[in-house]
Amino acid sequence: MISITKSYSFSASHRLHSPLLSDQENAAVFGKCNNPHGHGHNYVLSATVRGEVDERTGLIVPVSVLDRLVHEKVLQLFAHRNINVDVPQFRNLVPTTENVAVVIAAVLQEHWGEYLGSYEARLARVHIQETDRNGVEVLLPAVSEAGRALKESELVHA
Amino acid sequence: MAPGIQLLAMVVTRKVEFSASHTCRVPEFTEEENVRMFGAEASRNGHGHNYVLEVSVEGEPDRVTGMVIDLKRLKDILEEQIVYPMDHRYLNAEVEPFDRVVPTSENLARVIWKRLAPLLNTEQTSLARLRLFETPDFYVEISDSRRI
Repeated sequence: MISITKSYSFSASHRLHSPLLSDQENAAVFGKCNNPHGHGHNYVLSATVRGEVDERTGLIVPVSVLDRLVHEKVLQLFAHRNINVDVPQFRNLVPTTENVAVVIAAVLQEHWGEYLGSYEARLARVHIQETDRNGVEVLLPAVSEAGRALKESELVHA
Repeated sequence: MAPGIQLLAMVVTRKVEFSASHTCRVPEFTEEENVRMFGAEASRNGHGHNYVLEVSVEGEPDRVTGMVIDLKRLKDILEEQIVYPMDHRYLNAEVEPFDRVVPTSENLARVIWKRLAPLLNTEQTSLARLRLFETPDFYVEISDSRRI
């Protein structure tokens, strides 16, 4: 099995707060991440693409096309944004690193075909580093194996 | 002997670095096609990277030495097979088979895997994973040689 992994950084702010919990419970669960005005991170997104190496070009996919997908669909959405307010997917979703990873994976899968549909390659993994000390990794099934792609409606809503 | 716990696997990883130059171009492509496919990697006169190679070897620790593989031996293999022939070289001109195969990171990782596998796949050990960083934010990983 062979894959490429490209990393991208973006800075964004968020606040962890669930409408299903009381203020007191939110403070207890999320600690300082629940501070009312939010706070920011320099996130690092790493996208892993698994596929066949084209024998003529030696590439799984042209990195410039992956770059364009990530820039246009993910970084445009998240970079220098307040995730709770500016990113529609988080209107009813707590922007934990887990949920940021799942939403980014879903966005990349949703637009995969437009950018990379002509290559024998798929998104295999999304890794989000929130700080140097914590990260979340999402491993993705081949769509044909799973029979379905991740959909926003399937996310765990808080 | 180590405490008797059940292990699924034990993997040791050794890292080496080498600096080399290359250019990624398909001779039959037009200039425009090469740039579209390879971006800045298609630079006409080549350019260089500080490659970082992480090689992971799987096996059971030897009952006497406590080692999966002698790290000095692993280091020597990596130096002989990879670093010495590739460090400070122009891959397209000086390293087989890149006179006829595009030296993308994918192909470089595949060539490295093929050079290392025969030496590391023994009765005691197997080549489990290889990660080749072209830059700090781009790497190729091979973890199973069946489909590379």
